[in-house]
Amino acid sequence: MQAAADIRPGATPRELRCEGAWLLRSAAQVEARIEAYLGALAQPVEGELLINAQAVTALDTSGAWLLHRMRRALEVGGCTVRFIGLRPEFEALLRLIATRAAEPAVTPPPAPGVLARFGRNAWEGLLGALGLLSFLGASATALMRALMQPRRIRWRSILYNLQTAGVAALPITGLLSFLLGIVIAYQGAEQLRRVGANIYIADLVGLSMLRELSPLITAIIVAGRSGSAYAAQIGTMKVTEEVDALRTIGIGPLDLLVLPKVLALVIALPLLTLYTDIMGVLGGMVMARAQLDVGFTTFINRFDDAVSLTSFLIGIGKAPVFAVIIALVGCYQGFQVSGSAESVGHQTTTSVVQSIFLVILVDALFSIVFSWLKL
Amino acid sequence: MNTAASTPATTTPDNVVEIRDLNTRFGAAVVHRDVSLSVHRGEIFALVGGSGCGKSTMLREIILLQPPVSGSIRVFGQEVIGLSDEQALPLRRRWGMMFERGALFSSLTVTENVAMVLREHTRLGAALIAEIAALKIALTGLPADAGAKYPSELSGGMRKRAALARALALDPELLFLDEPTAGLDPLSAAGIDELVRQLRDALGITIMMVTHDLDLLWRAADRVAVLGDERILGNGTMHELARSEHPVIREYFYGPRGRGAREQGTREQTWNRK
Repeated sequence: MQAAADIRPGATPRELRCEGAWLLRSAAQVEARIEAYLGALAQPVEGELLINAQAVTALDTSGAWLLHRMRRALEVGGCTVRFIGLRPEFEALLRLIATRAAEPAVTPPPAPGVLARFGRNAWEGLLGALGLLSFLGASATALMRALMQPRRIRWRSILYNLQTAGVAALPITGLLSFLLGIVIAYQGAEQLRRVGANIYIADLVGLSMLRELSPLITAIIVAGRSGSAYAAQIGTMKVTEEVDALRTIGIGPLDLLVLPKVLALVIALPLLTLYTDIMGVLGGMVMARAQLDVGFTTFINRFDDAVSLTSFLIGIGKAPVFAVIIALVGCYQGFQVSGSAESVGHQTTTSVVQSIFLVILVDALFSIVFSWLKL
Repeated sequence: MNTAASTPATTTPDNVVEIRDLNTRFGAAVVHRDVSLSVHRGEIFALVGGSGCGKSTMLREIILLQPPVSGSIRVFGQEVIGLSDEQALPLRRRWGMMFERGALFSSLTVTENVAMVLREHTRLGAALIAEIAALKIALTGLPADAGAKYPSELSGGMRKRAALARALALDPELLFLDEPTAGLDPLSAAGIDELVRQLRDALGITIMMVTHDLDLLWRAADRVAVLGDERILGNGTMHELARSEHPVIREYFYGPRGRGAREQGTREQTWNRK
């Protein structure tokens, strides 16, 4: 191994000796030694100071930087510094460092205060809402244009999205709504048995699943599965400039990336909801027979009376609205990605949170409107 | 680094990279067939060849990103094939790699990209790390305010320089450059030529690069190997290769673009001598 880098006083007070290998791996020690030396200088050296670098055996940019920095500190103190004995190649390196050296980057401005941050977040939130609204408008216009020229609708892409967002979601949505049906029936069974109203299990499961829970759970699962995928796909395409490329080729990103997803989801989500309706009620039926001795036939007969067609249609009718929300929010957040990989992750998260939030909010609005209309 | 004289004797003094009988295949497609070459300490070595001839693949094999089918690759005298990540760490600290498309961490600023390497591998104070990072950024010719920017805010040429700054973070003894000038305007590319030569002269590092850029080859490369037909077609200085009779090499150097670059390069070398 080479001798560690070091500095020590030279023969005269006007001389300083540098020795050893001035490399990155010993930079921490050298820095400490230089600090100690500069600190020990009670008064600034005046006149000329010689730095004898004859014994420097190796030098890299970090070592050269430390030498350069020491020289600068001494010169600020008021003396002139001259290097002697430095190998020509080291001298060249030191010169290169001195000419290219820059002040360390300016420190970022201090973090804004609570009020400023609150204001900025509120402003950004408002801008985001307006952005989503204008995105909805742009997509609607694109849809109108596509409907005028049906040949421009990308059927292949719609079919592909139907497959990935619809068919591929069948197992998970089916399983979860079946379990949900079981849970509801199980929770209700105890109460109903107490008042001897076992048969009303069909009302409980049927109404809650068809009207509220099945559309909601399906929308939430699809938002997590497909909404996030939309955001990540479009976001990555933005990072790699594929979206710009599309625009350049003359293909509207909305036509190719957004419309097929929205249309496919508007078709897929009601169908998925119908499917989860069936699975959820099946779960309830299984539980009703196990806990309340309500047989399948009895259950179905009562179900027919208890659940009106309106209730079923209300549930199914919410699904396309949820579908539009999920697809648009996912795509919109994808387009909001800027530059970095971290941004893709951030916008994907935002898309899921935002679409679930909006789905539940709209569901609540639906409830208010329906009770108002006495449906 | 100027440590050649006193580095431990475990390394072969002149060959920093030594490749013997390298074979690479992707499925049925043969990329390298018994390729051998060596890179000497302190030289600027360039690997050239048509697109898809396996230049970048060879680079990736040397820096342990991809295993070859068979053969031997020795870096600093140590066999790298089959090394675990842990065993490779000391080697990885001694080399720097600049990727073709920069591969900067997009969620970090340029300064943070460079500082991250230093923080990971040294125990320097935050202030010194910031200074060294700023120095590396300045060395590559980036303006001082570029350090605070994110890679997505930089132009292609600036991104290349930032990637170079990160590759230089640990003062590597061996620097790999994958297409250092691809996608740059002539002025930026000329800046890179200059920089590569300056780095070698000032720091004594060994540089191995993959490039298509004939100007860069004439101006900076000490030795060039031409890769084609799964093997090395020619190996030597640019002037030696320019005299080669091999049809592919002749095509490469005497095509319409090759001639211009050669004349320019020769003119400059004469001029430098004056």
